[in-house]
Amino acid sequence: MQCKVLVVDDSKLARMVMASAFRRLRPDWELVEATGASDALEAITSADVDIALIDFNMPGLDGLELVAKIRESKPAMPVALVSANLQDEIIARARELKAAFIPKPLTDEALGAFLSGAVLRLKKASS
Amino acid sequence: MNVEVVELSPIERDAFAEIANMGVARAATSLRQMLGEQVLLSVPAVHIVTREVAAELVERDNSAKLVAVQQSFDGPFSGRALLIFPEAQSLELVRSIVGADQSLEDVIDLEQEALAETGNVILNACLATIANVLRKSMRMSLPTIIRGDGATLFAQPPGGGNLVLFLYIDFTIKSRGMRGFIALLMDLPSIAALKEIVQDFIEKVER
Repeated sequence: MQCKVLVVDDSKLARMVMASAFRRLRPDWELVEATGASDALEAITSADVDIALIDFNMPGLDGLELVAKIRESKPAMPVALVSANLQDEIIARARELKAAFIPKPLTDEALGAFLSGAVLRLKKASS
Repeated sequence: MNVEVVELSPIERDAFAEIANMGVARAATSLRQMLGEQVLLSVPAVHIVTREVAAELVERDNSAKLVAVQQSFDGPFSGRALLIFPEAQSLELVRSIVGADQSLEDVIDLEQEALAETGNVILNACLATIANVLRKSMRMSLPTIIRGDGATLFAQPPGGGNLVLFLYIDFTIKSRGMRGFIALLMDLPSIAALKEIVQDFIEKVER
């Protein structure tokens, strides 16, 4: 299954690290990059995205606020919050919004596990 | 006077801010564990500025009376990491960590030690994350406490330059009305070394 993934991070380096992990894990998937919440919401309505990976600490809306907005139109889309901020409140809020949590620094193992789970959920939803 | 001008390219600035942000986010996670309350972080700011400007940046919106726990770090690049907050909040912070059942006298007795230990945990979480991400090892000094205004905190050490790479992130603990900063300060030779390491890191990512 080939997916289109939205990567939202204000840091170019963080987007590069993510793209580099995808080249190893899922080289044939398409990535759409957004630098903040408004770009991300636009991409979700116009680009037909399957999965979203969202940084937490961003100017404007933070990652959790963005996930909450995404949930208004995409209640079942596989979404992960990506952050080095492992505080209980942040992880708990991500759970409430049915988003996974992937710690930074990003590892292939953590991203790979989330993507495998996401594919299963997408397959289930389409069958 | 011959002033060497070091500038960070946009991607170098972005990379440094992102790497430091991971460090500070881990530090906030440690502070949260010690306080039992959520710690909110700002988006990081990275500047190459004079020490005077760095001092003004931390004094802005703060009283000029500050307390800082500082730790020096040394490795491929060197500098100082500081946990800074208004002096008036220092006892409140200590009390939050040691527990509200301690008497004021005990808290005052414990203040110095508790600040140093808190700083040590938080700054180590920050610096160790940065070192791990860059795959470099860094030595860290024992924490020391400084009290004074921004100029005292960022005073020029003997042999140090006046221009510094200054990164700061503010944190707030809403439920206790507390705020402070985590700052990293590096001088010119370190900026040059850091640029190379960050360049290396970016190249590896692009490969």
